[in-house]
Amino acid sequence: MLTVDQLDVWFGFPPDRVDAVQQATFAVAPGESFGLVGESGSGKSTILRAVAGLIDTWSGRIGVDDQPVSGTRRDRNFYKTVQMVFQDPYASLHPRHSVDAVLSEALRLQGMQDIDRRIARLLDDVGLGRGFRFRYPHQLSGGQRQRVAIARALAAEPRLLLLDEPTSALDVSVQAEILNLLADLRAEHDLTYVMVSHDLAVVAHMCDRLAVMQHGRIVEIMSGAALRAGAGQQDYTRHLIQASAGYSRA
Amino acid sequence: MTSPLLSVRNLRVTFPTRQGAFQAVRGVNFDLGRERLGVVGESGSGKSMTGRSLLGLIRPPGKVEADRMEFHDQPLLDLSERQMRKIRGSRISMVMQDPKFSLNPVMKIGDQIIEAYRLHAGGGKAAARQKALEMLDAVQIRDPARVMETYPHEVSGGMGQRIMIAMMLAPDPEILIADEPTSALDVSVRTEVLNIMDRLVRDRGMGLIFISHDLNLVAQFCDRVLIMYAGRIVETLAAQDLHHARHPYTQGLLNSLPRLDAPIDRLPVLQRQDSWRDAEPMPDIQKTEFPGGL
Repeated sequence: MLTVDQLDVWFGFPPDRVDAVQQATFAVAPGESFGLVGESGSGKSTILRAVAGLIDTWSGRIGVDDQPVSGTRRDRNFYKTVQMVFQDPYASLHPRHSVDAVLSEALRLQGMQDIDRRIARLLDDVGLGRGFRFRYPHQLSGGQRQRVAIARALAAEPRLLLLDEPTSALDVSVQAEILNLLADLRAEHDLTYVMVSHDLAVVAHMCDRLAVMQHGRIVEIMSGAALRAGAGQQDYTRHLIQASAGYSRA
Repeated sequence: MTSPLLSVRNLRVTFPTRQGAFQAVRGVNFDLGRERLGVVGESGSGKSMTGRSLLGLIRPPGKVEADRMEFHDQPLLDLSERQMRKIRGSRISMVMQDPKFSLNPVMKIGDQIIEAYRLHAGGGKAAARQKALEMLDAVQIRDPARVMETYPHEVSGGMGQRIMIAMMLAPDPEILIADEPTSALDVSVRTEVLNIMDRLVRDRGMGLIFISHDLNLVAQFCDRVLIMYAGRIVETLAAQDLHHARHPYTQGLLNSLPRLDAPIDRLPVLQRQDSWRDAEPMPDIQKTEFPGGL
């Protein structure tokens, strides 16, 4: 579904060039849920943004459905296959566009017919009633906004969803609702997920396999089960698992 | 039993809105000893407002009322701004969530610490500089002399938060209110910042109010936990008893967290009940008043 091969991403020019991602290689099978974990600045979100075509300074190979992509140019077919959900539901919705406007714009861009019926279905899919259709973002809670952002991504009927910290701005109770929703949608629509998170427990809950990143490099690719067992091959992975387990008095 | 550092009874914080008065905090009672007290709740539960009201940081038209709000038997309510400034920063201080917004971006870090210290403790510039270096060293900043000369944008988030803590602790406060001090930090830096605060509580006998949304972290770090819901405390627990919480809200919050050690297919979702809003808090079952016993 998605292959990333020897991906390098950099920002700026020498001598200030920052190598945000170095030699990242992984592949995600159709229907799989793949996690990217690491601390801030480790390059996990940068990989997603490079795949989505939001960054042009990258080299290496990115392929979606065996179709290579280049630069920031993506064809219509790409956007029909791949959609992204961002971290901050407060920032990713236009404050003066109603839910109806957000979704109908996304549907029109995909050349969909029968927009009225589709909006109603999308809202049902993400567990928002029809009553939410003409609300504005400020009339929604954080969890409801994230549902709208997910509905917008689903509008294209994609097969691959890129999820960039989809729940880290939300309360734990709301996080549980959104994670359940994502799990349901994946089963219903046969979706493939690539999910970025700093929360190991969330990734272990959602993902079959994951890559641990540090300083722009993939340190280790492991299964969710291995993560649960704390069976990291690398020192850094074990350190990360231990630090995430919480605080123990020194 | 020692007398508490801080005693709060029936604290209420009200904001007038077009729809009438909105009560962000609705009758909160607690005592703080020389301990680590955690305050947990979801966004909007009033935990930050509780912390801010202690320092008179609720701006009009917001209104703070309480039957009692005493710091060493000195009422904190109805202090003039001038009297409050004597306490705020020097005897009770506060660390906010994001160092990016609480440090002055156009002032060198050293100058900020020195200014804050001299404001509260007085003294000469050289002594204040010495103290600033000591404090930066105490929060484990390598090469403090270099960091003193940098601007906030030149340091990382974790370092910024440690600098904030250094600045807040320079005047040796008796109470530190930490509002989500580690939420913006990576896990490995988080442990370091917590260690620093932990040591300060132990070594100086400081009272710490640790406001957080992270139940498990609070349970591991604090001595006692207050759980807030809709502006009220619904349950008070000794931290090690958190997993024996009796209030359905606390249980719901705990269950909704995915856990590394116990995989489940579906996360239980918290079902809120209107009755929680006004029900009496869970009866206190703690054996001692301040289980931290510091």
